[in-house]
Amino acid sequence: MKILVCIKQVPDSAQIRVHPVTNTIMRQGVPTIINPYDLFSLEEALKLRDKFGGEVTTLTMGPPMAADALRKTMAIGADRAILLTDRFFAGADTLATTYALAQAINKIQKTWGALDLVFTGKQTIDGDTAQVGPGVAKRLGLLQLTYVSKIVEADEEKREVVIERRAEGGTQVLKTKMPCLIAMLEGTNEVRRGSISDSLRAARADIITWSAKDAEIEDLTKCGLKGSPTIVKKVFAPPVRTDRAAFVEPGKNAGDSADVLIEAIFKRHPALEDDMTKLASGF
Amino acid sequence: MSDKPAPAAPQQSRASAKKELPEHFRGYKHVWVFVELERGEVHPVSWELLGAGRKLADQLNVDLAAVVLGSPGDATRKAVNESFFYGADLAYLVEDSILGDYRNEPYSKAVTQLVNTHKPEILLLGATTLGRDLAGSVATTLLTGLTADCTELAVDADGSLAATRPTFGGSLLCTIYTLNYRPQMATVRPRQLPTPVRDETRTGRVIEFKADLDEDTIITKLLKFIPDRESAKSNLAFADVVVAGGLGLQSAENYQLVRNLATVLGAEFGGSRPLVQKGWISSDRQIGQTGKSIRPKLYIAAGISGAIQHRVGVEGADCIVAINTDKNAPIFDFAHIGIVTDAIRLLPALTEAFRKRLSPENADRLAG
Repeated sequence: MKILVCIKQVPDSAQIRVHPVTNTIMRQGVPTIINPYDLFSLEEALKLRDKFGGEVTTLTMGPPMAADALRKTMAIGADRAILLTDRFFAGADTLATTYALAQAINKIQKTWGALDLVFTGKQTIDGDTAQVGPGVAKRLGLLQLTYVSKIVEADEEKREVVIERRAEGGTQVLKTKMPCLIAMLEGTNEVRRGSISDSLRAARADIITWSAKDAEIEDLTKCGLKGSPTIVKKVFAPPVRTDRAAFVEPGKNAGDSADVLIEAIFKRHPALEDDMTKLASGF
Repeated sequence: MSDKPAPAAPQQSRASAKKELPEHFRGYKHVWVFVELERGEVHPVSWELLGAGRKLADQLNVDLAAVVLGSPGDATRKAVNESFFYGADLAYLVEDSILGDYRNEPYSKAVTQLVNTHKPEILLLGATTLGRDLAGSVATTLLTGLTADCTELAVDADGSLAATRPTFGGSLLCTIYTLNYRPQMATVRPRQLPTPVRDETRTGRVIEFKADLDEDTIITKLLKFIPDRESAKSNLAFADVVVAGGLGLQSAENYQLVRNLATVLGAEFGGSRPLVQKGWISSDRQIGQTGKSIRPKLYIAAGISGAIQHRVGVEGADCIVAINTDKNAPIFDFAHIGIVTDAIRLLPALTEAFRKRLSPENADRLAG
């Protein structure tokens, strides 16, 4: 089974700081990680490869340093990794990103054969749009399965895939055909650590690096900032409310503090006491 | 799209490109809201979007249309009428048995055909599992811009949609425009916006649309739908009272203090993103930009510092009470009531004090 996993290198958002005066992101020294959601898709791809044979390729678009994230995917177990990097891709929104990725995926298929499955993460932790997966699927004409909680069956012979998909109020069990695009839900598998031999192989491996030209991207005006229909007009910190919180002075012990806090809440919102009394008694 | 003009050369300020809306997009008018009907129920985010869409339509002096897809029947017709009650002027109704359960292929085909026929300038969808699955497909097919998970929608002076959303992992906000393409698409998460007043006297026009769909050409089949067990459902987004904890709780064990207070209050419980990352709580309990937005009457945040990505998820609460040892924590910038103290010590006392205050005896007294 030939499987591709799209990943993204993202800043570890827990460590992003905003400069208090200039409102700019302080990127320096912020460590990068593989987008955590992508790992669940990578693991699922590796599981399928282990079961059916074949190969798992990972792909990312990003700056040259994103090669580190790809190397990590090989240490986890991916067979091949491709970095799509070019100044033409800078400033891409979701539509321009999906164009470049889809073109690169076409080139991958031309080079190593048709793919059976393409995986993406559910969303990234920096952009949080959850739109690149569906966009790539649409561009490649792949059937799309998002929020997948379980791959029930993948039948290479019949070219059929049965999955469980998280929906509002329940789980959909869907059957579709390969090739298709799958975005796994987080927490749906245990991501492997990778073997020592994989780590050694990854350390020595060449990360295949493609420019727009290498990837045979036809139309550069569809890439990067030029190819993006959306424009970020301004970036700003939310306004601080002029009235900060009304502070309640803590009492001499926790019990006193609790009492004055409750008084303050019900004084501000008198109707709450009745509502909450009903709620507390299970109405 | 051969008639699409070549994109302008990059400029210092790309906002100046705004006046150059290509001729073939100038006929795109009116604001549309995709009404999410699944298994006979409309997702409440659709009404919230109609509330926001109403304001945009009024400012633009255009119609607000609901887009209702579903199998022929009462539930679909009811969704149309409810859309009028919540502010729509008209409804595009696509009734087809193929549209009974959500599947990406027929839904994205039907919506794309409808957009290409009736040409809206703005199309809003909920940032739900269904809305996010659908919006990316539709926007890519139409080759237009899509701004995901917006926290605020507005119309600027020259009629463009200004869509604001958190960026950089929720550490800042940004305002995004789709200048030269139509429709301008945006998704908004449930409970981010208030629900408009429902007015049963309102009515509107129904425009039926026959989408070109054929079950034989639709490859993905629904084998089964397994409804969630009632007990497994988290009502976090719609709860009247929510108690949440953050890293200030210091350990997974101390999170129990949040649950204890929630139990006494009959409230839902949740937490900030770091708690999910540490594995103290499950992801469906996460409150904030990447978790759930909430609009309770009372929100108690214990040991939560209040990063922007958390703030955008809770600002719809009527009363935000913050407990934090750091008086400079950003949460005090948007909380209504604050107390500078250690949540680990205060929570047990607060639980006990609420238990006494809200006891059934007091309920009788209040009722009397």
